[in-house]
Amino acid sequence: MNKREEPIIEALKVVKRFGDVTAVNGVTFSVAPGEIFAFLGPNGAGKSTTIKMLTTLLQPTSGTLKLAGHDVAKDQDAVRTSFGIVFQDPSVDDELTALENMQLHGAMYGIPRAELNGRIGELLHLVELWERKDYRVKTFSGGMKRRLEIARGLLHHPRILFLDEPTLGLDTQTRNLMWDYVKRLSDKEGMTIFFSTHYLEEAEQIAEHIAIIDHGRIVAHGTTAQLKKQTNTTSLEAAYLALTGKELRDEPASGKDQLRLRMRARGGGR
Amino acid sequence: MRVIYAVWLRQIKRYFRSKSRIIGAIGQPLLFLLALGYGLGSVYQRAGQGDYITFLVPGIMAQTVLFSAVFFGINIIFDKQFGFLKETLVAPVSRLKIMLGGALGGATTSVLQGLIVFVISFALGFRPHDWLMVPVALLVMVVLAVALASFSSGVGAIVNDFQGFQAINQFLIFPLFFLSGSLYPLDTVPTALKIIAACNPISYAVDALRATLLGQSHYGLGVDMIALAITVVVLVVFGVYEFRRIEA
Repeated sequence: MNKREEPIIEALKVVKRFGDVTAVNGVTFSVAPGEIFAFLGPNGAGKSTTIKMLTTLLQPTSGTLKLAGHDVAKDQDAVRTSFGIVFQDPSVDDELTALENMQLHGAMYGIPRAELNGRIGELLHLVELWERKDYRVKTFSGGMKRRLEIARGLLHHPRILFLDEPTLGLDTQTRNLMWDYVKRLSDKEGMTIFFSTHYLEEAEQIAEHIAIIDHGRIVAHGTTAQLKKQTNTTSLEAAYLALTGKELRDEPASGKDQLRLRMRARGGGR
Repeated sequence: MRVIYAVWLRQIKRYFRSKSRIIGAIGQPLLFLLALGYGLGSVYQRAGQGDYITFLVPGIMAQTVLFSAVFFGINIIFDKQFGFLKETLVAPVSRLKIMLGGALGGATTSVLQGLIVFVISFALGFRPHDWLMVPVALLVMVVLAVALASFSSGVGAIVNDFQGFQAINQFLIFPLFFLSGSLYPLDTVPTALKIIAACNPISYAVDALRATLLGQSHYGLGVDMIALAITVVVLVVFGVYEFRRIEA
């Protein structure tokens, strides 16, 4: 990592409250350009909320978040152009074909028409879906959908790629293949990769830097070696457990249920 | 424009890929047209009002647009539940365009269904009194469909589950339909019903369709058009406002 470079992701004292619940409580961290960064934490620790704020889906209550130099709250469109994201749950349109999903994304991101088909072809070959480009996505397996989402997330040449638990529910082959692509992209294009995962061996193998969030606060931030040294442990998993404790966390169901709870708390009846 | 077109095209493709939706959406108005048309036709004629099916066709065309366009918002809930909405919410485009593109898609398919009813009615002996007015009737359907599809998008933005959406729809659709003069002439109804119908935007759409296709009108085409213009502005603003407030 080049220390002189401006960080491409910067969070400064970021707070997010839902009613009287503080989900994220003064989070500060930064990610250098081109880096592969793992964001870890138990369920309900504030991980998803932080990713949603970074990707403009939620507004922080206070603090600043910057992506590629643009303020997430003030300069939304510039921020949105700078990143691609693969969500935890599928977000492709099942009724459209793989190609149509890509074309729709291209239109929304204003990719010049002359370039679009070339780029789509390149990416669908990369994720090995070219032969299936004219099939409706509802005929795809979970792994194929994930690959399509990765291809789609890369279509507008983002500087940052967010991967929210990208390997959840994928078999070992697909996981390996996926991380191969991602590493190649990071090496070749200098793309910054920001991912969250519950598989600590993944983070240990792939990430250059790691941040661990718990109870809405960053409890550790550094390289795997630094985290192990800090906790006097020999593996990232041991370091993680030393930092976050061993008790189980109850996550308030899915994101949508959280949304409903929040809306109810606001009295919005949604 | 490219974004609006792309989002519009998505809705059109989804519509044509769901054959059951097309058939289902045409079955209901057909039932109304045949059962009521032939069932009440003789009573209507005996009352000296002429051919009931002819009178009914514009009302059922409006009903087709109403049911179909108000149902459109369910797609927003689908997009929420199946994740596609997030893809549109992180894209560097305004929510206004996403909402408009979708609502225009929903409006297009609704108008298409209204036109299918129009064509089918020819088999039942219906003929417009003046072909030159048919484009105006089409415009009326487009305005009605855009207004209702926008309204429905707004409702889809507020509600998060299918049951809630259905409940709101059932609660709204039938009063709007039955109290609009789509099934009976408003000239001779009791004053209370006249007042209720006058507050119902669907009444003006039905009346405008009758004015253009049959040459008979209760409010007058000018009044109808003004009422429809106000309706479309209010409902598009509502749809855009609610759509902007969606949080992931």
